Amino acid sequence: MKHFLLFLLTLALRGAELHFALAAEPKTVDPFLVADEPAEAIRYLTEGSLVRVNRLTQQPEPELAESWQVLANGRKIVFHLRPGVTFPDGRPFTSADVADSFSKLLAPGLHSPIADPFRTAKGTVKVTAQGKYTVVAEFPEPVPQALRLFDQVSMVSAAAAQRPAPGLGPFLIAERKPGVSILLRRNPAYWKRGLPRLDSIRIEILQNRDLELLRFRRGELQLIDKLTPELFDRLRADSPASAMDAGPTLDSEFLWFNEAPRAPIRGMAREWFQSKNFRRAISLAIHRDDLCRVVYRGHASPAAGPVSPSDKIWFDQALKPDPFDPAGAKKMLAAGGFRLEGNTLRDRAGNAVEFSIITNAGSVTRQQMAAMIQQDLAQIGIRVNLVTLDFPSLLERMTRSLDYEACLLGLVNVDADPSGLMNILLSSASNHPWNPAEKSPQTDWEAEIDRLMLAQASTADAAARKKSFDRVQEILHDQEPIVYLLHPNALAAVSPQLEGVTPVPFFPHTFWDAEHLDVRAKQ
Amino acid sequence: MKVLRLVAVMFLTLAGITVATADVWEKHGYDQQFREFPDASPSRRFPLGTDALGRDRLARLVYGTRVSLLLAPAAALVSCALALAAGGIAGLAGGVAERAILAAADLFLSLPWFFLLLIARASLPLNVSPAISVTIMFLLLGVLGWAAPARVIRASVRELRHADFILFAHASGIAPWRILAAHLAPNLRPVLRARFWIAIPAYILAEATLGMLGLGISEPLPSLGGLLRDLESIDISSRLWLLAPAVLLAAVMLSLQVLRPADPTL
Repeated sequence: MKHFLLFLLTLALRGAELHFALAAEPKTVDPFLVADEPAEAIRYLTEGSLVRVNRLTQQPEPELAESWQVLANGRKIVFHLRPGVTFPDGRPFTSADVADSFSKLLAPGLHSPIADPFRTAKGTVKVTAQGKYTVVAEFPEPVPQALRLFDQVSMVSAAAAQRPAPGLGPFLIAERKPGVSILLRRNPAYWKRGLPRLDSIRIEILQNRDLELLRFRRGELQLIDKLTPELFDRLRADSPASAMDAGPTLDSEFLWFNEAPRAPIRGMAREWFQSKNFRRAISLAIHRDDLCRVVYRGHASPAAGPVSPSDKIWFDQALKPDPFDPAGAKKMLAAGGFRLEGNTLRDRAGNAVEFSIITNAGSVTRQQMAAMIQQDLAQIGIRVNLVTLDFPSLLERMTRSLDYEACLLGLVNVDADPSGLMNILLSSASNHPWNPAEKSPQTDWEAEIDRLMLAQASTADAAARKKSFDRVQEILHDQEPIVYLLHPNALAAVSPQLEGVTPVPFFPHTFWDAEHLDVRAKQ
Repeated sequence: MKVLRLVAVMFLTLAGITVATADVWEKHGYDQQFREFPDASPSRRFPLGTDALGRDRLARLVYGTRVSLLLAPAAALVSCALALAAGGIAGLAGGVAERAILAAADLFLSLPWFFLLLIARASLPLNVSPAISVTIMFLLLGVLGWAAPARVIRASVRELRHADFILFAHASGIAPWRILAAHLAPNLRPVLRARFWIAIPAYILAEATLGMLGLGISEPLPSLGGLLRDLESIDISSRLWLLAPAVLLAAVMLSLQVLRPADPTL
């Protein structure tokens, strides 16, 4: 009888298992080398950090550090660690683990992408233990919003011989079948009492989005973190309660022209691309509302620049997306020395204006957008050739050979802070799309962007930062080196069985609060 | 069997005439976007509905079939011509030349052709019109497809090279290339015809496979492969008309199979 009661008690206390899928196998489970979304998902669920940016409020909240002080105009942060936290092996979590984690993360040989934001022109952050539960992080120069950077850094046991080691997150990796699934189990040593509510999470690797939706409908998966607009509408038609639109994300879809002097492209094409009138005309000739309505089925907003209107802090309210104005585009082209002969646009030398746009194969939405842009630009006499390439070939052309004319891609933006755009907007950045790794800015307006971006990054004065970044957005809107098209919405599917889900526009959209999620037993 | 062949001939003829005269009877261009009617159901205006961008599905099916039916046989012709040259030289010359050609054929057969196509396509110039890009794509398929028929032709040539009329031609001092073109080729016609008919559906399917991965013919030109790709992301359970490209492709393949002469080497 006693055994039977114990059995019943165990059953009653036992949590449920959540099932969802990732679109690809995580490239690594080393928390310091995470660079792709699947790996980020695993890190988010299994690792602990000093602070956590709340995906709903976007504010940093205490995690393994129960409090902190930001000193010296943002150059120094003193963290006070939470006592009584232990690793799954029973070792206590102390300042020595924090210092060791940063020492491993910042090791030059590791080439960790997470370490980059902790390096400035004047040097690298120094993290030192001062007492058992106090850690001091000192930056060589002020870093705005430095606290948010610590959300990305996992705290690893100093005694761990290799990574990944059982960490301080709500779940632990219990089983990994490459290409098939990853099983996470509740971390028994998790520092938040009574959490997580789930007993385990089984994450399957499913590349086919249709199959993912089919399995969701069958009840085999309880959530889908990212749905395509088409699948979202399909789900909403027969299960409206499960389809959730969390509004515009910080992500953007855009088009840019290759302006690099060293790019092996036609000289006349480079001249077109370097013409502000040409770029502005292209932007005016693209029907952004149609892109949002037809390709994204209304689940996207036209873009005026790199910042989504959903970002109430950094979006420059004075900016509006370019309207669809083919007549205005033709005037702009005429002012730039182009002329329309019949249905063909010609430059000053009489060359027909024709260029190619590359994009990645496999993205239906991008290919549809490209086909719509092709038709829009035909109205102003420009012939566009579309080329879809497999991703490695696309990257090779974008970053190494520079052998392309225009490119249509998107940016997944997880950080609302403008400093997150430094690696794109600084003329010296290797990811500076239209002219990578410039030795010195090629134009006055690029030099101004550089100056403003560095200025906003070197002060903690929020108003001054906002003023600088507003000006950056205005320059980008005026010069259009990147023709921003739209910001897609965060579309998710959540089973009615699942409790505690509040979808947000930021990654991870649905399981950002995984420790509070629970699966109700089927009725 | 005779009835089946008749039906296949009639179907292919009808399909050929329909796609060849599309410019005359088709009201909408394959690339015209009616953005107010995306994903529309069949109607008088759009008998097969519209695609996600509001383009007439019937127009795209007809023009896509034209592309595939025109270029797949052309690609098959290229691979048969290359196979005849390579297999003929190997069979006739023997020795080092034969071993070299066979080794090259084995290498081609063992290479993953799909990745070869990806690499070849990625290294093509970008600024070419869709018409040229589709021609290059099928040309690549034709060039890469020489190895298998070349082995078959080489075997047939080896059988023929000791025939009296070939020995007589050699004895008369006729040049080897002329022996191949004037004496061997006519005798290889049944084999070549069989390989040609086998290659056509293979190339249509190869283009369809590339199209399924988004690496096929570039927009806005349609092809059967590109149209099949649409099915991948569409719920067809309540919209059976969307199966039209798959049904048409199956019917074309079946007809080609029915008409294909028996391979004399099998």
